[in-house]
Amino acid sequence: MSNNLIEVDAINKTYERGGETLVVLDDLSLNVPENDFLALMGPSGSGKSTLLNLIGGLDSPTSGSVRIKGDRLEKMSASALSNWRASNVGFIFQFYNLLPVLTANKNVELPLLLTNLSSSKRKEQVATVLNLVGLDDRGGHKPNELSGGQQQRVAIARALVSDPAILVCDEPTGDLDRETATEILELLQILNRDLGKTILMVTHDPVAADAAKRILYLDKGKLTES
Amino acid sequence: MSFFRQVLAVTMMNLKTILERSGSSIVIIVGIAGSVAVMVSLLAMAEGLNSTIASTGQDDRVIILREGSNSELSSGVGMQEIDIVLNSPGVETIDGNALVSGELFVIVDLKKKGAEGTSNLPLRGVQPMSFKIRPELEIIEGRNFRSGTGEVIVGKGAYDQYEGLEIGNKIKIRDNFWTVVGIFSSDGDVHESEVWADLSVTQSAFRREGSASSISVKLEDKKTFDDLGGYIETYPNLDLKVQRESDFYEDQSSGADLIKYFGLTISIIMAIGAVFAALNTMYSAVSTRLVEIGTLRAIGFNGSSVLLSLMLESMILATIGGLLGALIAFVLFNGMTVSTLAGGSFTQTAFAFAVTGEVVKQGMILALVVGFFGGLLPAFNAARQDITTALRSV
Repeated sequence: MSNNLIEVDAINKTYERGGETLVVLDDLSLNVPENDFLALMGPSGSGKSTLLNLIGGLDSPTSGSVRIKGDRLEKMSASALSNWRASNVGFIFQFYNLLPVLTANKNVELPLLLTNLSSSKRKEQVATVLNLVGLDDRGGHKPNELSGGQQQRVAIARALVSDPAILVCDEPTGDLDRETATEILELLQILNRDLGKTILMVTHDPVAADAAKRILYLDKGKLTES
Repeated sequence: MSFFRQVLAVTMMNLKTILERSGSSIVIIVGIAGSVAVMVSLLAMAEGLNSTIASTGQDDRVIILREGSNSELSSGVGMQEIDIVLNSPGVETIDGNALVSGELFVIVDLKKKGAEGTSNLPLRGVQPMSFKIRPELEIIEGRNFRSGTGEVIVGKGAYDQYEGLEIGNKIKIRDNFWTVVGIFSSDGDVHESEVWADLSVTQSAFRREGSASSISVKLEDKKTFDDLGGYIETYPNLDLKVQRESDFYEDQSSGADLIKYFGLTISIIMAIGAVFAALNTMYSAVSTRLVEIGTLRAIGFNGSSVLLSLMLESMILATIGGLLGALIAFVLFNGMTVSTLAGGSFTQTAFAFAVTGEVVKQGMILALVVGFFGGLLPAFNAARQDITTALRSV
């Protein structure tokens, strides 16, 4: 039995554009052990976001397999994949992707609506994670009433609230100033160190990548380790 | 359970953004309101006319016409034939007098209020028994006409629609001046659109001495219809057709059906336009929320909850539009009295628009159908949208 949480085996991802085949990921294999904090770097178009989407269950490979805790993602139906994402992955996006009409509390509560938890239990968990990200006094605020750093903290709370094993972060500091970015990266390190979350982070920023335990480089759909 | 929570959460999110998208939301509401207002108005017109004509007929009353005639205008019966009916079985009597009345139905030309030309107004020459046959007829102003005189009473529908029918006025009919002495109501039926006068005076004025258009009869009981019908049919050389009054007026209400079909056709054409407005609005609503939909899908909300919630949004907007349309039709038209040519008689029948619950229900069905088809494709596309593409559309 492997100790790897994530096993990506010989995946290819291609797109057909104007009669030509565009290779985004080329026979790529990758293993990620539990509690890893992995940064993916590389030039634009190198395939790092595509790899992240495949591991997060948002996309399917053209060939090869993505196995997470023994589950073969490419074999799952769309509906099964939705359920799998809800309980196994938390997403953190560059532009936070909070729903503007909902308060921070309601945004964080969204993943819990997919569970059978009671309303009071959901509120309890929302309060816990908002406290964890240092925003316990901002729950009633809508996104446009929060700073960029605060919005990203709300997004991290939303990613954490259903206690997934994996956090998938796509340029989580890309829209933040250096000081705020550093705070967010420290928060991710805490989540990795203290809560045991396995984190995969795509970034263009070498400073952000340094916060990870290891860095992988992608170029033209292939991996190179630093 | 969690599926309904998903649908509720996405629907609430959608509805909360409606105000922010008020421009496009108003397009769908106004489009549907317009279609429903037209449909409800025309159906209310048909309903009003239908109800006026249908309320005239009673099962225990009979109208007898010349065989082959479909209306009183084209029918003629001799006074000696009325005498035969007087002695027929199944006819109600009061103090030994049969409730049978010969009636002459003719047309006079009078000017309608607000119109340039004249319109056909029915004049019914009646015998005293006509009032016993129709107890619902009530003089509401003035008095009844006196037999043998050139006096008339006017139905309140005709009074509302035509000029010069005030009590004391004289109206010119066939070179004679007739005096209006009273105004009557008759439970809102077609007789309220008529002028009534004495039969013999009417016969004389219209050179129809010795004949009438129809015979009205009150039956002992609605079950004695066959007794009377069988007697008249088998009577030697009597070429008359016996019909229940209710059946006769139902046949006359074909005009209401025409209005109804016309209304439905216009409404459906407008509704098709409204479907496209709804499609456009919902596509626009979906495109502005693509990232939000993609985010929800990434978190684990499934496509069917997104589809259902967008459909619900479209249906809610359609419901608002439908109610608005029905309200517009109600405020503008409910109870408004107009007149139109009634089937067969070429005369004007006054009736009131009736925005009934049934009419509103049909309008709401139209609104929901528009909402359903207007929301279906955009919702289906949103539910099937590739998540990574949706997330990239920041």
